[in-house]
Order: sequence, then structure tokens, then C-alpha cells
Amino acid sequence: MEIINKHTLKGSLKSYRNNPFSAFLFLLVMLATVLSFLTLLFLVGYILINGIPNISLDLFDFTYTTENASVMPALINTLIMTALALLVSGPIGIFSAIYLVEYAKRDNRLVNVIRITAETLAGIPSIVYGLFGLLFFVTALGWSYSILAGAFTLAIMILPLIMRTTEEALKSVPDVYREGSYGLGAGKLRTVFKIVLPAAVPGILAGIILATGRIVGETAALIYTAGTVAQIPKNLMSSGRTLSVHMYNLASEGLYMNQAYATAVVLLIIVVIINTISGVVAKKITKE
Amino acid sequence: MDKLVVEKLDLYYKDFKALKNININIMEKEIVAFIGPSGCGKSTLLKTLNRMNDLVEGCRITGHVTLDGKDIYKDMEINMLRKRVGMVFQKPNPFPMSIYDNIAYGPRTHGVRGKAKLDDIIEKSLRDAAIWDEVKDRLKKSALGLSGGQQQRLCIARALAVQPEVLLMDEPTSALDPISTSKIEDLVVELKKDYTIIIVTHNMQQAARISDKTAFFLLGEVVEYNDTEKLFSMPMDKRTEDYITGRFG
Repeated sequence: MEIINKHTLKGSLKSYRNNPFSAFLFLLVMLATVLSFLTLLFLVGYILINGIPNISLDLFDFTYTTENASVMPALINTLIMTALALLVSGPIGIFSAIYLVEYAKRDNRLVNVIRITAETLAGIPSIVYGLFGLLFFVTALGWSYSILAGAFTLAIMILPLIMRTTEEALKSVPDVYREGSYGLGAGKLRTVFKIVLPAAVPGILAGIILATGRIVGETAALIYTAGTVAQIPKNLMSSGRTLSVHMYNLASEGLYMNQAYATAVVLLIIVVIINTISGVVAKKITKE
Repeated sequence: MDKLVVEKLDLYYKDFKALKNININIMEKEIVAFIGPSGCGKSTLLKTLNRMNDLVEGCRITGHVTLDGKDIYKDMEINMLRKRVGMVFQKPNPFPMSIYDNIAYGPRTHGVRGKAKLDDIIEKSLRDAAIWDEVKDRLKKSALGLSGGQQQRLCIARALAVQPEVLLMDEPTSALDPISTSKIEDLVVELKKDYTIIIVTHNMQQAARISDKTAFFLLGEVVEYNDTEKLFSMPMDKRTEDYITGRFG
């Protein structure tokens, strides 16, 4: 049997014959899609082509020397930095969003002030956070250039992001779930933690992925706070560069362009891995 | 015996007076239907009976509501009240979790632990809500995969699982097809053996079919409250007559 509702490009073009403006719009949106996809493809392709040939075992040596610009210390620093910043800012951001959505009254003035502040903070260039970190954590608290100072600076930087995305995620949980829970005699705490939060997990994770992306990609705020030492840190008070800072340094020194490309590939892979893991986790939590 | 008594109840949303001097007695193990045009206050009154209106900002209530002689706004813990006065909502609202966990949520909330005990409650509640045979092989599957009618019966089962004394139903069939509706109507009549049921409905035939008593609401007032048979055959008030004969509404 012939399928009669098959969609073909020819068919849809035909339907635009008497409607040139629609046809023009159709082509425009197609073009935009193709353009953005090609840009991304070109970027990833360019990094891979330049980076992959430069990836070698030496690159993953645990010490960085002038002969061998190893990426391993930066890789480890990146993981520590991400974990620390998320550990500090994740709970605070999520809990404050819970307060704003579930506990505070809807048109409370304080809530609006907090919301506007968070929005403003989210839009501030990261170098401003870097400067603040330098003045406060590095100098005033005397932490010097350290992983800890860097992580706290990043934590402040991503706090509004996590707060806002969690807030949106909580708001998108239908009120009928809350009513259902209250209707069974469940209290506020139980409703929030057993019904609302699990339903909001995908949205919250999306925020954390975005935050992770910002941490992994950050340079400006870190050069001022965590410094640029290219070794594995002895403890949290040692200086250490993340992958992005590493790349920035390699490229600006101009001596290790090949290694910079290789680092870019490593960074790309890490981001893909993090996103995949979060996706799997989200699926698992929502299924249960 | 009077199960629920509402006395001189007024309710305001900000400045709007949504309920005016409501007085109603509801007997144990009876089905009472609330009918009336949209916006007449019938759902609002229903929600004052398990204090769901407390969630609405700017809602003020005066008067008394008693359950077994105890004032539900003064002498009763709110979560305990909602355990005793269960609710089924207009749109089926199963939680996004498995069928089993949906039913187990209420009992767990009130401290029931142990798999064997929960299994028993879940089977009994699902059987009482006439949905056991349809879901017994898929208890661990998500409740969101059920049809609308099944979801609503699941929500009834969920409400029954905490062993309430009164069941409030807010237009429970308005989102359902005729077959699901008739299943739920049969179920409500069946449940009368053990529960006091108050049902808000837009469907006058439904009220006439299943309820023992009917209250007709108009503009925030109870115009007439009587045995269903009498109210539909010999309405005392002209406005009731106009409404049930379809002259407005």
C-alpha cells in the first residue's frame, strides 16, 4: 500500500508555490539551522583535527616540565575545582530556591529583591568575580593563590545560576502534585522533599550542568584567585591551574600551541562525559 | 449521626465574599452532592472541609466547621484532619512515580512501615477503588502511563489508603469519558458502605443518580439542601427549579 501522508521536501516546497512569503520564511529558518549546525561542526572538527594528532601518553604524565607540557595536573585541578565549587554552591543554591518557591509568600518584597539581585549577579562578567576573589579570599582572608580561593570564587559566581534554574524547575512542578500530597495529610517538608524535589530533578540537573560548563570554561576569575601553577596541588591551599587556564597560558606563551589544541580536545571530552553522566542520572532518578 | 457540621460560615477571597452564611449538616455514610453553576462556591466550600483553602493567599474564613463535634479549625491538627477527610481532585493527579508508590505515599506519611503491611493496604485500596485487576501486574510501572479514567480511580485508591472517614470529591468525572464516569459512579455508591462522601458535580443527572442529599448553590449561598429525590422532584425554591429544569446555569 502506498503511504499517502508522507512528507517530502518537494511536497512542502510545492505547497509554498502560491505563498512566496511563507516560502521565504521557510528557507530562512532552514538556513539558520544549517548555519548554526555547520558552525558547531566546524568548531568541533577544527579542534579534533588539530588536537588529536598531538595527544600522546606523555601528555598525561603527572608532572609538568618545560620539555613536556603535561595536561594531567590541570585535568586533576579541574576536577577538584568543579567538585569543590559545586559542593559549596549546589546545596546553598538549591535550598535557597526551595525557600523562595515553597516557603516565601508569593509577592513578598524580600523575595523580589533576592530575585533581582540573583539576576544581576548572573549577568556580571566573570573577571569582576575574579577581582572580588583576589581582594577578599586571596588578600583579606590570606588564602593566597589557592584552589580553595578559586573554588569559592567560582561558587559565588555560579550560585545565582543554580538558584535561578532550580527556582524555575520547582515552579514548573504542577501545583496539583502539591495539593495531592497535602490532601493526604502530608506536611510541607515531606511534600517538598518526596514529591516536588524529585519531580524537579531534571531541571535542577540542567542547571548544574550549565554551572559545570561555566566552571570548566572559566579563566578570568581563576587567574586572579587560583593562580597558574601547573602542578598537582599538595593541598587545597596550593595554587593550581585548571584546563582552561592551562590552555590560555599555553596559547598566550605561544610555545606549546600543539599541546593547547590537545588540551582543548581533553576539555571537550570531559564536558561530553559530564553531560552524559548527568543525563543518565536524571533519567534514573525520574524513572524511580 | 452528624459527621460534619458547617455553621454560619463566611469565606472571603481578599474583598470578595465567596461564601455567605453557610449552614449544612452532613450525616455519616451518606452521599451528598453539591450542585450549582460555575463560580457559585461549591468547590470552595468543599475545600474548607479539609482546609485546602489554607493554601490560598488572602482567603479568610469565619464560622465553624466540626467533624464528630470537634472544630477542625481550632481543635484539630491539620495533617490529621486531612488524613480523616480525604480528597479526590477534579483532574486526576497521580504523582510521577510507580502505581505502588503512589498508593503507599499516604500510609508511609502516617508512619506505616513494613513491606507486608504496605502490600496489604495497597491491594485492599486498589480493590476498593475497582482498579486492582487492571494494574496488579504493573504495580512497579509509572502511574502516568494509565488512562485518565484509571488515573482517577488510582487517585481514589490513594485517598482510601490512609483510611479516611470522609471523602471529598471535586468534580471527579468532569475530565473523563462516559464509560470511566459510570465506573466511578458505581464505585462511589459502593464506597458509601464505609465512607461519608461529598461530591461536587456539574452534572445534575449524576447528582440525582448517586446522592442521598443534594445542596444547590447560587452566588455563594446554599439556596436549598434536601433529600435528592425531593429536591429534584419538588424543589421548594423557584431558583432551584429554574436551575434543574435547565432555565439557566
